[in-house]
Amino acid sequence: MGRYLGRKILIYGLTFFLAVTIDWLIPRFMPGDPVTNMLARVSVNSDAAAVMYDYYSHIFGLDVPVWQQYINFWVSLFHGDLGKSAYLFPTPVVQVLLRAVPYDLFLLLPSILLSWYAGNHFGAFAARSKWLDSTASPISYILTATPYMWLGILLAWFFGIVLDAFPVAGAYSFSLRPDWSWVFILDVLHHWFLPFVSLFLVGFGGWAIGMRNMIIYELEADYSRYLEALGAPRKLIRKYAFRNGLLPQITGLALQLGVVVAGALVTEVVFSYPGIGYLLLAGIQNQDYFLIQGCFLFIITGVLLANFAIDLIYVVVDPRTRLGLMGETA
Amino acid sequence: MINQLKKNEFLYFGLRNKKLVVGLAIILIFLLLAIFGPVIVRNDPFAYVNPMGPQPPSSEYLFGTTFFGQDVFAQFVLGLRATFLVGALGGGLGTLIGILVGFTAGYRGGIVDDVLNALTNIVLVIPTLAVLLIVAAYLEVRSVFTEFIFIGLTAWPWAARAIRSQTFSLRTREFVDLARMSGMKSLKIIFSEIAPNMMSYLVMTFILQFGGAILNAATLDFIGLGPTNTISLGLMMQYAVMWGALLLDMWWWFIPPGLGITAIVGALYVMNVGLDEVFNPKLREM
Repeated sequence: MGRYLGRKILIYGLTFFLAVTIDWLIPRFMPGDPVTNMLARVSVNSDAAAVMYDYYSHIFGLDVPVWQQYINFWVSLFHGDLGKSAYLFPTPVVQVLLRAVPYDLFLLLPSILLSWYAGNHFGAFAARSKWLDSTASPISYILTATPYMWLGILLAWFFGIVLDAFPVAGAYSFSLRPDWSWVFILDVLHHWFLPFVSLFLVGFGGWAIGMRNMIIYELEADYSRYLEALGAPRKLIRKYAFRNGLLPQITGLALQLGVVVAGALVTEVVFSYPGIGYLLLAGIQNQDYFLIQGCFLFIITGVLLANFAIDLIYVVVDPRTRLGLMGETA
Repeated sequence: MINQLKKNEFLYFGLRNKKLVVGLAIILIFLLLAIFGPVIVRNDPFAYVNPMGPQPPSSEYLFGTTFFGQDVFAQFVLGLRATFLVGALGGGLGTLIGILVGFTAGYRGGIVDDVLNALTNIVLVIPTLAVLLIVAAYLEVRSVFTEFIFIGLTAWPWAARAIRSQTFSLRTREFVDLARMSGMKSLKIIFSEIAPNMMSYLVMTFILQFGGAILNAATLDFIGLGPTNTISLGLMMQYAVMWGALLLDMWWWFIPPGLGITAIVGALYVMNVGLDEVFNPKLREM
């Protein structure tokens, strides 16, 4: 178990190092200079521009040698300092991001976990009969092939505009002020529902297909055949097949996280939901490089932590990793 | 002779596989539309052809017109081209890198395998779309070609991982040992002994990469980081949302592009299941 986790931690450490380096590299080595780009939007005479250029270069730490910039980047990172947002100047990027994180957790955790749970159970259920399989499978394939934003757009249009049953923008009504009253909580849930459903549905289709295939595969395995020959009840064999099919689905959850994060990003854009995805778009549109960098770091850290959590769960559910046997190929 | 027989067998089961035929038919219809559509359509997709502005579908404008009076159908067929291009090239590049990394790691083993495997796992964990967003955000001029290169460069890890494990199991087989003993070069062993035995697997990997590249491109386009010099299905959705098609109830503007992507990617997935059944006799429904 120690070896398994040790290896994982090493990989995550390397990944984090690489991700931070990419994050640092991109604005410095892409064509165009962030400070020039930023100043290009305000029209001032060239003398004033030169002064402003020096000023902003200094603030953003771009006036020292490259190697020192890299070290400074790491040092300030560990101090929790990601620079100042240019678009919401002078709010520190960390503060901007921390305001958005609760919305992301509130949207992502339920949609990921519930779609995984419901999809797996539905897939196992659909694999039971030919009739159910031939109707449920095509629906699942269509769902998993749907681009996240299109499903979001359709839901927003149909339930928000045509039926006028749900709001289509923001996390709560502008007329309300955040507090712990029932009115506010209900309003937040009302705004949360459609983005949640669109994330849930796409994920649901993928998990259902995965589980259905796993069950069919497991029912062909020797242990199932043996149990069948012994005359074990079908329910018991299916239970074992489900448990075995669940392991690859847990690994799949870890692999799928990046896709879900991207999906959440566009869903937030469709519904103007004020999470990290929405911020990232604002950063891109306003060429706020420090905000973009900060969003990327937050996303990476979140995904790595979630991956690690899944690894820990894997240790619990798969005894082979605990006993030091090769469970999942690391 | 045996080769021919084998080909015919796949053709025989392929034509009788409903999933494969339906999936392939959908792809072909869209592909023909993408190739010939822009030639046949009279209207310039970017011109403001309808002086009335937005109008629902009619006999004159098959898919209606946008907020500015642009022909949605003309944009749709041109957008299909970009979608297929990004899918084929991005998916192709992703598969190619996956094959190179997977074969090398699986066949060489040892330290090469360890290093490549670590690299694969690292790229696998990083949410690639976030990287794509950052890179695209810094590029001022973007085309379908920059898009496919970025998508291909970030999409390969799972393909590499799958191909590696397949190669790993094949390289210890007797026929590969025999080839090695007869003094065949490694590269030749990989391409003449190992690759043909997992051809079906490689084809299916390509199809999945194809679909994934289309979805990734749609996401990039929708965020506003798509190609700056043409139209694509994702860009159509972005414009539709940006110009308030939702609030103005202009469903004809955002339904066709999304439906097109869903149909193509869904058809690819279904085709893949069909191919699996054709290549793998165990799964055939007799």
